[in-house]
Amino acid sequence: MNRKISHQAHLLKEIMSYEFTAVELNLFLDTHPADIKALAEYNQVTECLKKLKFEYEKCYGPLMNFGTSPSQHPWRWIDEPWPWQIEY
Amino acid sequence: MWIYEKKLEYPVRVSGPNPRLAKIVLEQYGGSDGEAAAANRYLTQRYTMPTGMAKGVLTDIGTEELAHWEIIATLFYKLMKGVTPAQAKAAGLEAYYANHGKDVFLQNAAGVPFTAAYFAAKGDPVANLVEDMAAEEKARATYENILNLSDDPCVNDTLKFLREREVVHFQRFGEVLDNVQTWMNTKKCF
Repeated sequence: MNRKISHQAHLLKEIMSYEFTAVELNLFLDTHPADIKALAEYNQVTECLKKLKFEYEKCYGPLMNFGTSPSQHPWRWIDEPWPWQIEY
Repeated sequence: MWIYEKKLEYPVRVSGPNPRLAKIVLEQYGGSDGEAAAANRYLTQRYTMPTGMAKGVLTDIGTEELAHWEIIATLFYKLMKGVTPAQAKAAGLEAYYANHGKDVFLQNAAGVPFTAAYFAAKGDPVANLVEDMAAEEKARATYENILNLSDDPCVNDTLKFLREREVVHFQRFGEVLDNVQTWMNTKKCF
């Protein structure tokens, strides 16, 4: 199926794939805390995510609130679309 | 505390309005082995776990289950988008629509409202972790049942992601059980 998705959805899907990798490595490290290779991969993916989220937030406002990400003026946290409204 | 991240864990796409399938996916929203039961089960049990590993895994998997709960809500929201009252009625959602409109209500596919009675907290880490492992298997089986009933390949893609997460969580809980049993065997009594 060839659907045109927005630039926002495209960036979000990239973030989703990296963050999923981080979630999976996080759970693995919880039960394998001494695994050096998994830890290196986790730290690497964390760095990539930081850059991707910075790029996304410049265009579409904060991904996280409560002091985790700054916002442009006016306050952009309430900008639509919310995650369930986006066509992926 | 928890902080909301304004994104889904995995993309949700649907081929079009489908009230019949919307009703079915509610099983994993507010059903006995659904995502709300899973999140509340783990986040309730974590406080008294004896090891840092057990507290960590219950916190992290409980948090991931909240993200899955949001994915199921998004599936329902999108499957109901554009559905007329007549179509809702034809799909057996007449009573649901009368009470909730198109809101995502915490109930199972048969209309039974969510209850905390769906999960246990026994004050015993082994009993709790064995329940958690069973819960992951029951959730996996439920996803497979829903996949058997689904006629939307886009929805199936998301459901298959969620089914795989149950398998990984089962694996992690098994490792935590081993960790807790080792801790119990080496525990010194004074």
